[in-house]
Amino acid sequence: MYKIITKQELAAKIKLLEVNAPDIAAKAKPGQFIILVVDETGERIPLTIADYNIVKGTVTFIFNEVGKTTKQLGSLNEGDSIVNIAGPLGVPSEIKKFGRVLCVGGGVMIAPLHLQVKALREAGNDVTTVIGARGEDLLIFEQKMKKVSNKVYIVTDDGSRGFKGFDFLKELLKAESFQRAIVMGPVIMMETVSEISKSFNIPTMVTVTPIMVDGMGMCGVCRVTVGGETKFACIDGPEFDGHQVDFEELVKRQRLFLPEERLSSMFWEKLGGGCHRER
Amino acid sequence: MPKQKPEIRKHNFNEVALGYTADQAVAEAERCLQCPKPQCVSGCPVEIEIPDFIRLIKERQFDEAVKEVKRRNSLPAICGRVCPQEEQCQQQCVMGKAGEPINIGRLERFVADYEMNRGTSTISKQEPTGKKVAVVGAGPAGLTAAAELVKLGHEVVIFEALHKPGGVLIYGIPEFRLPKRIVAAEADYVKRLGASIETNALIGRLFTIPELLVNRFDAVFVGTGAGLPQFLKLPGENLGGIYSANEFLIRVNLMKSYAFPEYDTPIRIGKKVAVIGAGNVAMDSARSALRLGADTVYIVYRRSKAEMPARAEEVENAEEEGIIFKLLTNPTKFFGDEKGWVKHMECIEMQLGETDESGRRRPSPVEGSEFLMDVDTVIIAVGRTPNPIIQRTTKGLETTKWGTIKAEEETGKTSLPGVYAGGDIVTGEATVIKAMGAGKKAARAIHQYLASQK
Ligand SMILES: Cc1cc2nc3c(=O)[nH]c(=O)nc-3n(C[C@H](O)[C@H](O)[C@H](O)COP(=O)(O)OP(=O)(O)OC[C@H]3O[C@@H](n4cnc5c(N)ncnc54)[C@H](O)[C@@H]3O)c2cc1C
Ligand SMILES: Cc1cc2nc3c(=O)[nH]c(=O)nc-3n(C[C@H](O)[C@H](O)[C@H](O)COP(=O)(O)OP(=O)(O)OC[C@H]3O[C@@H](n4cnc5c(N)ncnc54)[C@H](O)[C@@H]3O)c2cc1C
Ligand code: SF4
Ligand code: SF4
Ligand code: FES
Repeated sequence: MYKIITKQELAAKIKLLEVNAPDIAAKAKPGQFIILVVDETGERIPLTIADYNIVKGTVTFIFNEVGKTTKQLGSLNEGDSIVNIAGPLGVPSEIKKFGRVLCVGGGVMIAPLHLQVKALREAGNDVTTVIGARGEDLLIFEQKMKKVSNKVYIVTDDGSRGFKGFDFLKELLKAESFQRAIVMGPVIMMETVSEISKSFNIPTMVTVTPIMVDGMGMCGVCRVTVGGETKFACIDGPEFDGHQVDFEELVKRQRLFLPEERLSSMFWEKLGGGCHRER
Repeated sequence: MPKQKPEIRKHNFNEVALGYTADQAVAEAERCLQCPKPQCVSGCPVEIEIPDFIRLIKERQFDEAVKEVKRRNSLPAICGRVCPQEEQCQQQCVMGKAGEPINIGRLERFVADYEMNRGTSTISKQEPTGKKVAVVGAGPAGLTAAAELVKLGHEVVIFEALHKPGGVLIYGIPEFRLPKRIVAAEADYVKRLGASIETNALIGRLFTIPELLVNRFDAVFVGTGAGLPQFLKLPGENLGGIYSANEFLIRVNLMKSYAFPEYDTPIRIGKKVAVIGAGNVAMDSARSALRLGADTVYIVYRRSKAEMPARAEEVENAEEEGIIFKLLTNPTKFFGDEKGWVKHMECIEMQLGETDESGRRRPSPVEGSEFLMDVDTVIIAVGRTPNPIIQRTTKGLETTKWGTIKAEEETGKTSLPGVYAGGDIVTGEATVIKAMGAGKKAARAIHQYLASQK
């Protein structure tokens, strides 16, 4: 059992949970993830480690309430427990001195990106960060990012804050040079940014989030095509070269169980959807 | 042995073979000749004293019979169900020369179930030695090694990456062949012996082997199995509806998606399912697909019936349930619909030629014989390779070109001092009983090693 120590709502449907998991906290590194099972009948879902505290023995993750499991997770409160958490999983990000690094984050994935930005700064890099969301109200971690980055740009899909869309990146890349780019966020965003960075020849790492079951290399549902080869995101990734990933296939494979996911979510809401637990 | 009728069982996940009643077991035991030099024992990888336990059944001393079995085999309810007895103990039985061999596996299952239903198992405690051993992986190899080591007085912690112990027994072999409550009870038995099991612990990531040895343990046994699924590397293989057998079976068994949406993990099975391969894993996948509501299930295999690696009993069960065998057929390409879901599979006919190194006739394609099959689900069951994480994260641990860990056959000793290994991680895909045999041998060697370490 893994007890919830802190719960916060960062924006509509975006929640943060800090849980007691000392062994995981002691080993976690930026870029890794955990797999959790909320209760006895639950499914295994992956979430990226957004922060860890070795002294307190806690691990933090931040998630979007999109379906049954994340809604159920969001209905838990401080003091409640999650039955299973396995981790840290996946290959840690490469953290070393690259020079000037461009970090681009979208949606909830801004939170784990923050961990990478911090580590990259500590390794002596100059980091320019771009954070994006659908609209201003969904933007998280702005102040935190400003504290750890050398410079921060903001992007929204609807233009309610900062730049509208990623076109401005082309201008930025023309004006400044970067030795590496790191992109974490929705697939469409990772694809767009990778295309731009490719035309400027900047090595780019993206974090892919296919469907997973075990997260330990045993099922192959997380397979992604990278440079024409099939890779398992859970043990070979989840970070891959953004110029080599087949994003079109990735999006299709993420949607495989859409009708079933809707059914599961409806079933959960019909049973009360955990409303009784909301304060 | 009584079985559920095919037309009924193909719609449920309940156990197919119903087991002997006490009278049936005694009647079967009475057929045993009690050979003075029993051949059957030489066929059993863990050397159960078969005539002794059968005699006790004949005398209706069932409690004593279980004790006799458990002296050699700590997981009899499992072996009695899934051992390939026809190639092991029963193949050697003298009664088989002229007629039907004694059904040793079924008798073993009977006594184990008898004990489980009565809850009589007794456990004797050992003097603690003060030594601690870490066991990595809670499959049959790890559970057996752990049971043997605690019986010898060592403190044992089992680290299992998944959220439930059992390995393939819990995530792979379906409920209708091996009920999960039996696996849970056997794992619980190992716990009651005194071993503790830490689930959700992926060794190599949470702790590495060297960390286990430096900080907490005097020796390590690695029984991480062969769970990495292989694919065919054919065009279209990443389409929706194409599962590895492991994904399909993990969803259905470990995650219980046959009870979706009460259980959260979804599975989608269409009307026309093709399972590629003809081993036990393929039979289990095909029969599970049928139970999940598929209309037609094909086994597609590139060789002929004689070369099928599955147990004869399982092939027979599959045939009875209406699985269609498409032999001498090999897939070449998959085509999908506009949503990226598999729709057709292109296959080619095969013919058998010369005998190859494995002693089987080598299949080759018949030129120009390509044809299309309508399918909406494909399950790929063409083999599994070793789980790679320990090998990737343990410096100095020698491996083979197949990715298995190098270990001495008799002791499980690896290239690192204090590190032993056994089961599928060493041999590649094998059997439950072989994994258990390896766990047992390694436990003995670890015991000796610990004694030599003052
Ligand atoms: C390595 C990895 C790290 C991840 N890290 C995070 C994280 O830090 N925060 C976070 O909020 N989410 C993260 N995800 C995605 C997260 O696992 C899914 O959102 C979650 O499984 C959804 O479960 P559900 O039952 O709530 O929704 P479901 O009912 O399963 O799905 C609802 C909707 O979400 C979509 N969806 C389902 N699974 C995924 C997925 N893997 N990726 C993208 N969309 C998906 C579905 O297409 C559907 O539209 C990560 C995924 C991976 C593989
Ligand atoms: C579908 C199917 C049907 C089968 N049917 C039969 C049958 O009828 N009869 C028969 O004799 N054999 C059968 N087999 C084969 C048999 O199950 C295996 O040979 C046997 O389970 C091997 O045991 P093991 O302990 O070596 O490995 P496994 O059973 O694979 O167990 C390994 C365990 O280690 C865990 N693990 C892996 N890596 C790590 C890590 N880094 N850290 C912690 N834990 C880890 C895994 O999660 C797993 O629980 C079948 C196999 C399958 C897949
Ligand atoms: S363990 Fe297997 S081989 Fe040994 S007696 Fe039992 S069924 Fe036969
Ligand atoms: S060989 Fe057959 S008949 Fe002889 S003791 Fe063994 S089981 Fe009985
Ligand atoms: S999630 Fe199963 S292999 Fe990656």
